[in-house]
Amino acid sequence: MQDDDKDQPFMQKVLDNHFLLLFIGLAVPTLTYIVWGVMELVSLPIANP
Amino acid sequence: MNANTDFRICPESGLKIHRPAEALIKANAVLAVVFLLVGGVLGLLVGLTRWPEVHLLPADAFYKVLTGHGINVLIFWIIFFEVAVLHFASAVLLNSRMATPKLGWASTGLMLVGALLNNYAVLVKGNSSVMMTSYVPLPADTLFYVGLILFAVGALIHCFIFLGTLVIARGERTYEGSLPLVSFGALVACIIAIFTIASGAVILIPTLAWNLGLISHVDPGVYRLIWWAFGHSSQQINVATHVSIWYLTAALLFGAKPLSEKVSRFAFFLYIAVLQIASAHHLLVDPGLSAEWKIFNTSYAMYLAVMASMVHGLTVPGSIEAAQRAHGLNSGFFEWLRKAPWGNPVFSAMFLSLVGFGVLGGITGVVMGTEQINLVIHNTMYVPGHFHGTVVVGTTLAFMGITYWLVPVLFRRDLILKGVARWQPYVFAAGMSGVALFLMGAGTLGVPRRHWDILFSSAGAGNGYEFSAAALTLMSLNGLSAVLAALGGAMYIGVVVGSILFGRKLAENEKVGTLMVRAAPPAEKYHNIGMGTITIPGTMVLVGVFFVAFALYYFINWKFLAETWGLS
Repeated sequence: MQDDDKDQPFMQKVLDNHFLLLFIGLAVPTLTYIVWGVMELVSLPIANP
Repeated sequence: MNANTDFRICPESGLKIHRPAEALIKANAVLAVVFLLVGGVLGLLVGLTRWPEVHLLPADAFYKVLTGHGINVLIFWIIFFEVAVLHFASAVLLNSRMATPKLGWASTGLMLVGALLNNYAVLVKGNSSVMMTSYVPLPADTLFYVGLILFAVGALIHCFIFLGTLVIARGERTYEGSLPLVSFGALVACIIAIFTIASGAVILIPTLAWNLGLISHVDPGVYRLIWWAFGHSSQQINVATHVSIWYLTAALLFGAKPLSEKVSRFAFFLYIAVLQIASAHHLLVDPGLSAEWKIFNTSYAMYLAVMASMVHGLTVPGSIEAAQRAHGLNSGFFEWLRKAPWGNPVFSAMFLSLVGFGVLGGITGVVMGTEQINLVIHNTMYVPGHFHGTVVVGTTLAFMGITYWLVPVLFRRDLILKGVARWQPYVFAAGMSGVALFLMGAGTLGVPRRHWDILFSSAGAGNGYEFSAAALTLMSLNGLSAVLAALGGAMYIGVVVGSILFGRKLAENEKVGTLMVRAAPPAEKYHNIGMGTITIPGTMVLVGVFFVAFALYYFINWKFLAETWGLS
């Protein structure tokens, strides 16, 4: 992205912001897959044989 | 001259190649091929053992070989090659100098040490036959985990060097506007790789601590959850990388431009957002995880990534068709395809990769990612069948194809045995497609994926299990296909290694002699191509066939599931 180009559409700005893309690529799977999954696993009750 | 300003001009493409980057790309590509050789030989032994009439290896050797095969081809071959692709797509394609080449060499060294330690633990010490997944509490040798961690750290540093090169290229304005599409695809691969490697570190470091006795245990459920964020996402790096190679090949050999850069970029964006969560399909029968978690992370969100792959599956052949028609091959539905350079292994490998990945890997991946019908084939031979369709026919074949282009361009060597190279993609694709299809067929009939002795013949009289003759026949056909695929792999390694060692040296400004880069057709040539208002009628027909096959196969699997219970 050229910094002086302010007339680009929003989505183009997102696609040109590499570090925002990196954040999205880390945040989405971390939240929906890892955090959600770990929360479910650690909230399982311990078995009492 | 300072090494950071040491460039040469590629006589084929006119690209300004940063010599330190070029040297590092070559080193990683060579290491990749070495580990492909190791993993490929082990894979042949696996195939011969799963061939019921041959059943080559005893149980202990089989699990050792299977572990080594999985790690060498799924991790070491693929990631060394992907590191080469990352630096090629940044420094070379952007005409930029590479960020910190010396750190790059240190990272490659770290990866090599890690790969060697891991192989030493698995193949020499022989006490780490835990398969690629290394599920706790199965214990492996300490060096097994140390090797994987060192390899991952090296690869992670390469990802940050790639990002650094992008910053340099943008700062020094070596390209105009947005990142070119192929480099953007490599950026997507890099982002997925960072998530993947971070997940690996999160779970492998505590596992190493457990292995050393520093902590009492690692929860198996949590291990599986996070390990698959590493294990499956590593295959999503492959998808982004080989799709980038498809676009690159289309641009190089046909002068093709994407049908719509915006659409292709958005499809890549969907990969960033939702591709990694497909890891959840490995956990669809795990207790402790809710149906909501499973269905969101597989069916609902993953389908966006599937749609993205279908977008690429349309736009890559579509862009080739449009360019071919603009070059004058505008008759009928398929003149553009019939007169494509099928004798050029760069193209044939790429196109076979595209078809194989979409049909063998893509359709079956959706079946595996659907919670209900996954149950028909979960943990059967269907699973390795599926990923031999995606990772081998899809990724490995794409990597093989682009190697034939890179050997003369980067290594400055003419290819030897061109006739062998011409046939190699067909032999490898035929063999590996057979492996994928026959394993999936056997898996559908219930053959388990992880057991050395599927008939339990070693369990004593009366304890065996009889599979149908069809299942055993499919396993035998898989064995034959594995031999054919190994032949195709040997042809690739013979041509590539032979060319690098013995191929005619090309002078710095000498052209290869065959067309390596085709100029894009002028914009006005794109007017009036196609049939009526449809610009790419041939691709639309192919897409139609794909969708019909997709729908039929999907519903056939629901029928299989319905037959599981006699309700009607």
